[in-house]
Parts: sequence; C-alpha cells; structure tokens
Amino acid sequence: MLINVNMTINGKAVSGQVEARTLLVEFIRDHQRLTGTHVGCDTTQCGCCTVHVDGKAVKSCTMLAVQATGKSIITIEGLAQPDGTLHPVQEAFREHHGLQCGFCTPGMVMVGVDICRRHPNADEHTVRQELEGNICRCTGYQGIVEAIMDASAKMAGGKA
Amino acid sequence: MGQFGIGQPVRRKEDVRLLTGKGQYTDDVNFDGQTWAAFVRSPQAHAKILSIDTSAAKAAPGVVGVFTGSDMKADGVGTLITDVEFKDLAGKDMFRPKRDFMTIDRVRFVGEIVAVVLADTQAQAKAAAELVMVDYDGLPAVGSTAFAASPDSPVIWEEHGSNVGIHWENRPEAEIDVHMAKAKTRVTIDIVNNRVVPNPMEPRCAVAKWENGELTMYAPTQGGRRIQQGIAKIVMNLPADKVRIISPDVGGGFGIRGKLYPELGVVAWATRKINRPVKWRGDRSETFVSDYHGRDQINHAELGLDANGRVVALKVRTIVNCGAYFAENGPRLPINGGGRIIPGVYDIENFYFSVRPVLSNTVPTDTYRGAGRPEANFLMERLMDAAADATGLARDEIRRRNVIKPEQFPYRTQMGMLIDSGDFIGNMDMAMKAADWAGFEARRAESAKRGKLRGIGLSNFVEPSGGRPTEEMRIAVSPEGKATVYAGTHSHGQGHETVWAQLLESFLGIPFENVTLVQGDTKIMPKEAAGTFGSRSSWMGGVGLQRSAKRIVEKGTKIAANLMQAEPEKVSFDAGVFRAGTSSVTLAEVAKASYEPKNLPEGMEPGLDESYFLKRDPEEFNYPNGTHVIEVEVDPDLGKIEMLNYIAVDDCGKVLNPFIVHGQVYGGVAQGIGQAMTEMTVYDDEGQLVTGSFMDYGMPRAEHLSMIDALFNEVPCKTNDLGVKGAGEAGACGAPGAFVSAVCDALKDFGIRHIDMPMTPDRVWATIQKAKAGKAA
Repeated sequence: MLINVNMTINGKAVSGQVEARTLLVEFIRDHQRLTGTHVGCDTTQCGCCTVHVDGKAVKSCTMLAVQATGKSIITIEGLAQPDGTLHPVQEAFREHHGLQCGFCTPGMVMVGVDICRRHPNADEHTVRQELEGNICRCTGYQGIVEAIMDASAKMAGGKA
Repeated sequence: MGQFGIGQPVRRKEDVRLLTGKGQYTDDVNFDGQTWAAFVRSPQAHAKILSIDTSAAKAAPGVVGVFTGSDMKADGVGTLITDVEFKDLAGKDMFRPKRDFMTIDRVRFVGEIVAVVLADTQAQAKAAAELVMVDYDGLPAVGSTAFAASPDSPVIWEEHGSNVGIHWENRPEAEIDVHMAKAKTRVTIDIVNNRVVPNPMEPRCAVAKWENGELTMYAPTQGGRRIQQGIAKIVMNLPADKVRIISPDVGGGFGIRGKLYPELGVVAWATRKINRPVKWRGDRSETFVSDYHGRDQINHAELGLDANGRVVALKVRTIVNCGAYFAENGPRLPINGGGRIIPGVYDIENFYFSVRPVLSNTVPTDTYRGAGRPEANFLMERLMDAAADATGLARDEIRRRNVIKPEQFPYRTQMGMLIDSGDFIGNMDMAMKAADWAGFEARRAESAKRGKLRGIGLSNFVEPSGGRPTEEMRIAVSPEGKATVYAGTHSHGQGHETVWAQLLESFLGIPFENVTLVQGDTKIMPKEAAGTFGSRSSWMGGVGLQRSAKRIVEKGTKIAANLMQAEPEKVSFDAGVFRAGTSSVTLAEVAKASYEPKNLPEGMEPGLDESYFLKRDPEEFNYPNGTHVIEVEVDPDLGKIEMLNYIAVDDCGKVLNPFIVHGQVYGGVAQGIGQAMTEMTVYDDEGQLVTGSFMDYGMPRAEHLSMIDALFNEVPCKTNDLGVKGAGEAGACGAPGAFVSAVCDALKDFGIRHIDMPMTPDRVWATIQKAKAGKAA
C-alpha cells in the first residue's frame, strides 16, 4: 500500500508515493535523487544521514518519510547560497581540513550547523560532546572540531 | 616557490564538491533496469552444507534469479587463493586453502556467502533471501586465536589436519639462544594485538552491467587494476580489457578496499548470467562480516640485555589469526610484510622470529592501516617498557641506548631491510620537549589532588612503506596549456587532486587551478596502474609524475627550440618558460604548437602527453618514522581514560602538503587510539560475531580524542628524488605503544605493568581492583 507524502526539500515542494516503512533517507536519496545525504550504518550511530527537519538536526535513517509530511527538510545540497557561496560551516571545513574521503561530511556539516546555532562560541569540549552521534574514520575529528569551533565563533560574531 | 607549490599547506580542490553533496559514491550510481542483489549469508560459524533449497525464494515476488556456488562452478568460475607463499625451515610449503566465491559444501565463518538472490527491488531481494532454506549440519567452531593454534582445537580445514598454516621461522632458534644465554637481564612479555574491524564509513557496494560483450562495474576500491584482472581471469574468462572497474569517490579504504572480494565476483558473474544490471548495496552489518578485519596477533617475546641495558638478543613468537581463509595478504603481514621491521628503531642484531598463521571460524584478516607494522612496533615498545622496569632505567633512557644511531645509516636490519635515513634520537628529543616530559611529575601530583591518576608514555616507530614496486603516471598538456594527470594511484581521501596539482605547478609551472586529476577507471588509467595503499603515493605517484614531467620538458625543449630557431642544447626551462638567449616561449605556447605538425621537428608525434612507468627494487622501501608522546588521566573509580595531550613527531621525509599530511597523522592516530582504547571485536565460543554493528563495536568518537600536536622532523629520504617518505600509516604505528605506556605509567603504583588492548573502562577498572586485592592479600 502506498502513501502520499508532501514536504519541502531545500525550499522546493516535493511529493511522492512511499511505503509506510520507507525511511526519510531513502525518500531523499532514492526517490528525490538527492545523493549528498549518505547511509553509513544500520543502527543510527554514524550520523552520515543527518539533515535538518524544521530547523533541527535529525538522523534521516531513523525517521519515516511519512513522518516528514508537511515539514521543511534541508539537505547538504541546500546549505550553500544559490550563487554557490558556501555556508560558514562549509567554508570552515575547507579551511581546517575537516574532511578527507567526504563520506561522513554531509552529516558532519549538517550537525555542525545545528551545533553552531545552539552554541555560539562553542568550546572544544562542547563540540566533542555534541559530535557523539557522528562517526568519522578518516580525520581523527581534529579538523572537524576546529572547523565547528571556528564557524560557531564567526556565526556568533555576526559574520555569518 | 609559489603558494601552490610543493610544501605549501594548500587547501583542497576536492572539498567544494564533497562539502556540497556533489560527491559521487558507488551507491549514487544506478543503471536502468537494474536488479538488486541480496546475499544469503551463513548464520553459523562452522557447518557442513547438506542442501540448499532455493525453490521458495525463486517463486517470491520480483525475483529474477537465485544462484549458489554450484551454479558458478558449473559455469567454470574459478576460486580465490592467497597471493602469499612461504616455506618453513625444512622446506615445507604453507597450506593455501582455496576459496569459492560462494561456498559450496561448508561454511567456515558467520557471514560467509551461501547464495545470492536477484530481484527487481532491494526489498524484494532481501525478503526472498530469507526464503532460501539451507540445511546446515553444525560443527564445533573456533574463534579464539590462542585456541585455534592449540592441538585441541576443532580443525577447520580437514585436508590440512591442523589450523596452523605454517610454522615459519627466520632462522633456527638455537642460534639466538646462544646470545640470550649471555644476557644479564631477561624480560618476557605476552601480549595481544587485538582484532579490529576497519569500517570505512562507506559500506561496500557494487553496480554492474553487461553490455556489448563487456562488463562495467562500479565499486569502491583503492585502484581497480588488479580487481579488473582477477575478475576477467577467474570469474568471467575474458581478456582484461573486456572488464572495466570504475571507482568514483570512495568513502575510505584503509587497506581493505582494494581487494577482489567474493561479492564483486558474484555481482560480475550474475550480471552476465541474467543479462541485466545488478546492484548490491551492502549494509553496515554486512560490512562487519564481509570486509576483511585487521590485526589479531598474540605475541610471546623475550628480550635479553647486557649490564649496560643494551639488547643482546630478541626472540619473538607470533600467532596471527587469519580467519577462515588466507586473504590476499593475510599471512604475509606478520612475516615479511610488517613483521620484518621488528626490531623497529632499535639496533638489534640477534633476533629469532617465528610466526604461526592460524585459520579459525572468523572473518579473514588482511592489510589494515599499517598491515603488520603497527603490531611490530607495538611489540617493541612494550618490550622496551618491560626492559626499563627490569633494569631500573628510565623508559626514554633505555630507548636512547638502543636506537639506531645517526652514524649507522644506511642501516641493514637483520631481516635484510635497508633503512636509508632517520633521526631517532632527534625525534625523541623533539617529542619529549614539546610534551614537557621534564615537567610531568608536577602535573601528576596536581592530578592526584583531584583523585585522578596521570600518566605519560612514549613510543618510537619505523615502518617500511611503498607497497607494490611499480606504478605508472601520465601527464597530458592541452593546447591551452592546461594539464590532466591520469593517475595510476587512487586518492580515497588523501587529497591527490590537490597534491598532484601542486607538483605540476612546481615541476612545470602550470597554474594549480589548471591541473585536473583523472583516476579510478581501468579503461582510462595508465596500463601499469597499481593504486594507493602502503603509504606509497607520494613516492610512486609523486616520482612517477616528476619523471613524466621531465619527459614533457624534454619534448617541449625540442619543440621550443624549433619555435625559437635555437639549438635544443641552448634551451633551458624554468617555471613554465623555455628560454634560449633572449627568446622565450611559454609551456602553453609550446603545447599549442605541439598539436600542429608544421611546428614539430622531423618525425615527432604531435601532442604533449607523456607517461612514466616507475619501477623500483621490490626490496626497497622508504622508512617513515617518529616518536609519539601521550599524556592521559585515568579515573580509578570508573576506569575511564581521558587523553590530555598528544605530541606526534613524524619524519615523513619531504612534506608535500603539511595540511594534508597532518590530516593523515591525525587519522592514523585516531585508528591507533581506537585499537588501544575502544575497539573490541568479540567472537563468542560458537564463533558468533557479538560486536556486529556500531551499537556494540567501539568506534572512537570525537570525545575520545584530544587535539594532536603534529610536528615534523623532516629527514629527506635518500632513495627517491623527491625525498618523500610515506605518511598515511604512521599514526597507527605510533599511537598504541605510547597510549598503553601512558596508562600503565598512570597505574604504576598499583604494580600494573600491562593491560591488553583495548583498554576499555571495564578492563582498566577490573585490573585495578585485581591489583588492589593482590596487594591486600
């Protein structure tokens, strides 16, 4: 049995027909062909699937597509400006070598934006704690933590 | 040198697309009309397969085909076998079990593939896979490394009669016993180098199609040439050029991605069999039981020292758990892969070394970041700490007395390795100074006031890097003077798109932004492409590019001479410009001219496009080395360890991009700390993988690590023109020894000398309690 879903993704109204069990990440990747959001595990630990749902960071593998009906979703593809200007968090990741293979990166950036919004001028300890739900195997987290600290300071200083 | 040249901390070209969701990983690829594959995997660790009934699965909705190993065999598909061959001292060959792509008569580990289902959707394939009825006749299983080596263990390869593939020795033990007998002090240690699951963040995946007599397959690899050759020969019975392997962006490799895995062979075979594209999207749980695992050794070692604390003899006995089959490299790692670098940075002449690779009902083990070198270095560092204890010498002092001294380079080790350069004392000095080793005791006292136990530890390491001894790199310059690098190497996080552009700006004066990288497609990559593993790319790729660039300049010189009407001998090249007297032409102008035959000397081919096939002596490596110092605080009530400070001094030779090399150090350290602190791979007595997902397997998180202060002690390599040494695996070699040393230093007042990795809070706490009880007794 298929169910209609309607939501906005990156500002665009989208709709589709999904099974009840279709995960939000499956709807984003397979139905909407937005492949920037990744699947890295099957137990909700890795965070590669993190998107924003109505302004909050959510693991899209742990939410059903039908639960997102009527909501506003932002994926990694929707973060930069239409003219290509990077979000301060994206810029900070580039500046601080916060990515290597890039697979965990969309999730890290999306959670990073969420951390910066909730913790202006976030310190190292806070950022490390807040990243508990995101796993990276390449970077040792150093560049990621530095990037989020830097972006959170810049965004707090009104330079966003 | 411009800001985009060699040695500059240039920001990465690849980042913008990866940061905006425009990376292309294998799961992002789809073919029209594709079917989905779901593997039926054994839930038992060791069993005979009495029958496989696929009838219900075949009748399930959407199913296109259900196949077993017998089907593949009937089609003439071959078997996999390890690349490795060894003989023992008596000349007897190592046992080398063959591996079917899908096992036929017997399963030997949980997760082994028994059948494959192809269906129109992934959900249909997975549902039908559960309908495949396999009649297993269970057999006793063995998961434990120590038990697998014992004569009481169930034997998993009856034809061999034992789980021990070979008892390899470097020389008769008696030869070293002579020296050991003269030792004033002897220390013995028994340590475990724990099994880890590499877990790159991208779960494994493959998408294949069969079209016009050719196979095209997308899959994450570390360079697809050998997989292409293996699939063509063993699976498809085709010439290699009829098989095309494409690895787009790859989400991490760490040494275990560039393998001819059974899943790839099955997908390749199946797509031709049903004449429809096939996609397999592995999930993380599958990755846990199908990607090769790493490490898993038990070492028994004995060190003999003279009255001055100098080592006079070393004996090491290693058992390595290679899993149910010997993977491509499996037994090589502790023998002449990594094991060969025992005794590490230390000047030890008299050395006995025995290795028993054992087979067990576990996932096979293979090359994971360091591939035997982390194990070798860890062993030496635990021995040095034990020797410090036994002799009363400080941990750094005993190392100073035994490291290879500057005047001893080039140093030929007892195992035949020629270490060209290094500054091991300098590494130690730099690291200890940066860590304020001298001021540690005051910090220990301060921690004690807060009820915490503070410790400091160090480790030295050296490792041979270079991987396979051949590589090919190609540079093509366009008529506009822009360059494309066709690489045989394969960047999967290491930033080659950036570093190769830096090299071309340095070698040819081509602006950094005008250099493009093409890699990862066996149809396009240079013929002798090898790939990226073993920390080889800076050497094999970098020098390959340097020599291709030299050929570009040689040809360009002749063309420039023609254009300037000068003698070629009078033409010089620097920073993108050819000069002869007062005349000059740019490389871009020469490139443009190269496409018009009228500009060319007689008989010259048009274009400016050169390759270089680099070959080195297979016995020649370069030797990254360093010293790591870690400071920790242990909470004795919880057993929790907090990392306070990390100093990594690395000698990677000439550093091409410090920004990227730092990243490799941080990443390697994180994997080393993961092994040392959080990553426990648990097999129960029935061979079930208990830690089969991220819920149970302790991947290190950001909160487990501190900032790492990565310093360089650049000692240029003497055996390649760029002076580079590998960098990718150094962190994994340096971290475990320093970490364990630091924690044991924190716990020394309990009399604790060693705790096996991983040092989880539970283990640390339990060890403390046991020590306390021992004291009270």
